[in-house]
Amino acid sequence: MSETTTAPPKAVEGTLGFVDERLGSTTFFGRNVKKVFPDHWSFMLGEIALYSFIVLLLTGVYLTFWFKPSMLEVVYDGSYTNLQGVAMSEAYASTLHISFDVRGGLLMRQIHHWAAILFMASILAHMLRVFFTGAYRKPRELNWLIGLAMFTLGILEGLFGYSLPDDLLSGTGLRITQGVAESIPVVGTYIYMFLFGGEFPGQDIVPRLYMLHILLIPALLLALVTAHLMIMWHQKHTAMPVKHQSEKQVYGYPFYPVFMAKTGAYFLFVFGVTALFGAFFQINPVWLYGPYDPGAISSGSQPDWYMGFLEGSLRIMPAWEINAWGHTLSLSVLIPALLPLGIIMTGAAVWPFVEAWVTGDKRQHHVNDRPRNAPVRTAIGMAAVTFYGLLWIAGANDILAERFHISLFATTWFFRVTFFVGPVLAYIITKRICIGLQRKDAESVAHGVESGVIVMSPEGRFSERHEPAREAEMHVLLSKETALPAAPDRDAAGIPAAKGPVGHLRSRLNRAWTLDDIPIEEHGNGGHGEGEQKAIEGSGESREAKR
Amino acid sequence: MSDENKETAGSTDPREEGGRRERVIGTPSPARDKALLAEDDISAPAGAGDQLDEESAKRAERIVAALFLLAFAASVTFIAYFIGWSGRDGGMHGVEDARETNFWLGGTMALAFLAMAVGVTIWVRRLMTSKPIVQERHDLAADEETRSAFARDFVEGAEDSGITKRPLLRRTLLLAAAPLGLAPLVLLRDLGPLPEKKLRSTYWAAAVERAKAEGKRGVRLVVDGTNKPLRVSDFAAPGSMITVLPEGMEEHVPHEELLTEVAKAVTILINVPAADFKPAPGRGNWHVNGTVAYSKVCTHVGCPAALYEQTTHHILCPCHQSTFDATNAAKVVFGPAARPLPQLPLSVEDGYLIATDDYQEPVGPSFWERG
Repeated sequence: MSETTTAPPKAVEGTLGFVDERLGSTTFFGRNVKKVFPDHWSFMLGEIALYSFIVLLLTGVYLTFWFKPSMLEVVYDGSYTNLQGVAMSEAYASTLHISFDVRGGLLMRQIHHWAAILFMASILAHMLRVFFTGAYRKPRELNWLIGLAMFTLGILEGLFGYSLPDDLLSGTGLRITQGVAESIPVVGTYIYMFLFGGEFPGQDIVPRLYMLHILLIPALLLALVTAHLMIMWHQKHTAMPVKHQSEKQVYGYPFYPVFMAKTGAYFLFVFGVTALFGAFFQINPVWLYGPYDPGAISSGSQPDWYMGFLEGSLRIMPAWEINAWGHTLSLSVLIPALLPLGIIMTGAAVWPFVEAWVTGDKRQHHVNDRPRNAPVRTAIGMAAVTFYGLLWIAGANDILAERFHISLFATTWFFRVTFFVGPVLAYIITKRICIGLQRKDAESVAHGVESGVIVMSPEGRFSERHEPAREAEMHVLLSKETALPAAPDRDAAGIPAAKGPVGHLRSRLNRAWTLDDIPIEEHGNGGHGEGEQKAIEGSGESREAKR
Repeated sequence: MSDENKETAGSTDPREEGGRRERVIGTPSPARDKALLAEDDISAPAGAGDQLDEESAKRAERIVAALFLLAFAASVTFIAYFIGWSGRDGGMHGVEDARETNFWLGGTMALAFLAMAVGVTIWVRRLMTSKPIVQERHDLAADEETRSAFARDFVEGAEDSGITKRPLLRRTLLLAAAPLGLAPLVLLRDLGPLPEKKLRSTYWAAAVERAKAEGKRGVRLVVDGTNKPLRVSDFAAPGSMITVLPEGMEEHVPHEELLTEVAKAVTILINVPAADFKPAPGRGNWHVNGTVAYSKVCTHVGCPAALYEQTTHHILCPCHQSTFDATNAAKVVFGPAARPLPQLPLSVEDGYLIATDDYQEPVGPSFWERG
């Protein structure tokens, strides 16, 4: 944006002309080149996921040049002397070959694995950001669902990926996968036999997982990533509730050149950090585990982190099994394998629609909520985080027991109890914190903020001077919408609204949603005084009266 | 990144709108300098605003250029190391070389990316001239007229095609499509064999049968790994535990099925002190002086139940901590496994430990048809 705008150089004009005459693309470019991207640190989390996915594609392609997805037995004679002469599958031997005989192979393997871990971690962090700020609300429910699908696919992709080297640890993971498949009622053994091409481990599972890992799932992920980005681009990114941002306008820096350069730097950061980890932090040293042997296992076997919550739920489940009419229902496997994942994924998928139904809010939302301003949502979110987090830590209960010298059974019992208590506590505590923060906001609006200036009155009383918040802060404070009162049970003529049981449930949930709402509104001239305090208390009372 | 987007609402910074005020002794100064910063439009998460101070821009440019040069040097080192050093003496040999190569290649690669990343970041923040701009958000939905026009077109198209008024056409089309959707499922049938009775027996059955055909009472137990048959006297120390397999698997099982058969037949042999041992009813003669054999495949999800605590006689599966009591028919003491480990009937022949039969129940995880 220099002040002396000259005609564009020929190279630019020529290329643009060439493309435009064939595709008519200039209209599109013109509309989008200055597209505004609102700024907030938390908006980078999704970008990390995107860029680690690209790192995964690049390093993954490299690995396929040498990896042999075959379970045929060979005798290793590569340069890792500890395993020379040992019989192993070609998959494992070629993984050793990549690690020790292909220059840069170990680096690419380690970058690939670290990027996978980062990919899943950043998706989760991004999802939490979207959830806690309410960014999934209309019109973005579809992108939320696409994100959940990608998260689920990412779990599968990771599981299949780390199963490929056919080392002792990955074989144990597959054994557990097989045991879980077998437990499914009616069709379990069929799924097991069809997946493994016979009995475990057989000869087919690695080539099959390889195909799923390098072709089918990445293709689905790529399609979903594209859809996710196109929808985001089309709908425009949400903004945080700060000055200049509103439902009608978006404020920020233009895509070209600022956002483009920033996001380019971000890609370089992600690649750089994964390379740094690949260079200096060992991950999945399969050569130490040895080839898969169904009779062997090492203690402290742990899956990658994103499988941890499933591992934990398997560990803390009591031994329930039903035997009746010649059939066995293995609840001790079935429940932990399906229930937590089902609760989290189904819960997350229906949540945007449930929330809209309960609150009756069918409006479009482009400005996010501050987490404190939606206490029930934030509390539910924290309950889910606690639920997931406890299961995840339970997946390492043997490590905890060993490192902290606690009885292994005690750790299991701890998680069995907190599994139920933890989420409830998290809900209550989070909701109280949110409401406390709302009160503080209401006070800041009414009284002003602390100035750090202590004033002595003529009688000798000390007090701190409060001053009106700055305009930008005021904007943030006032971004909270006062909860809408529930529709009255009776209309003007006193006739009760016709409500079925579902309608009553909805009213009840709606009341729970808005129960402790603290209205944050400006009261006239600002400043501070007794009157303001009354106003806050008064508004609380009027809510009491409404109930 | 942006100061303006800070989440914290009630910052405790002194406010300055009130103009000059007396400073009270013992309180922080009103902090003039903060007032300069706190003016409305500090935003600038990116871009240095409209105007650049040419001198500081020059300085920033030199820093960015230095970082780009560093990235250049790192990539050149990467290539040079790869060509000149990584493959010396005809390639990498073993862990040491692989580690060294990994450090050099990874380190230079990370440096190249990170130096470039930092350079671009400084460029964006210090050298790009740009102002935040505002754009309108538009309603995503089309107006009523457009929508109804499209709905009309859609219905009209359907009518033109005849699919709405010719039910025969529509129904036969659906009929034709339905089995076509099922066809791929049929194609998946050959992914694997049907389960049949495969999960109900292990290789112990075949091995015992072969031994009996040769006129013996059962098949010898061999040690996993060495394949040496086990004498009773070899395994006389109480508290010992070892993994065993039926004799003859190496010779008789086709090579590609060996691992699969081992995965089911793998067995742990434990010498429980006779004083502690409580044989299960009906299995009084399945052990040899307290030496008892259980399936090593955990009845939870199939990990090898490989850890044995000598003092408590507990067998522990390290995957999900199912715990079985070796003295008491491998009953579940703790954890998610619902059934005891199946027991293998043992006996002695010619001083060697033998198995006289297969497991009496399916080994490994529970399944629907197990019963």
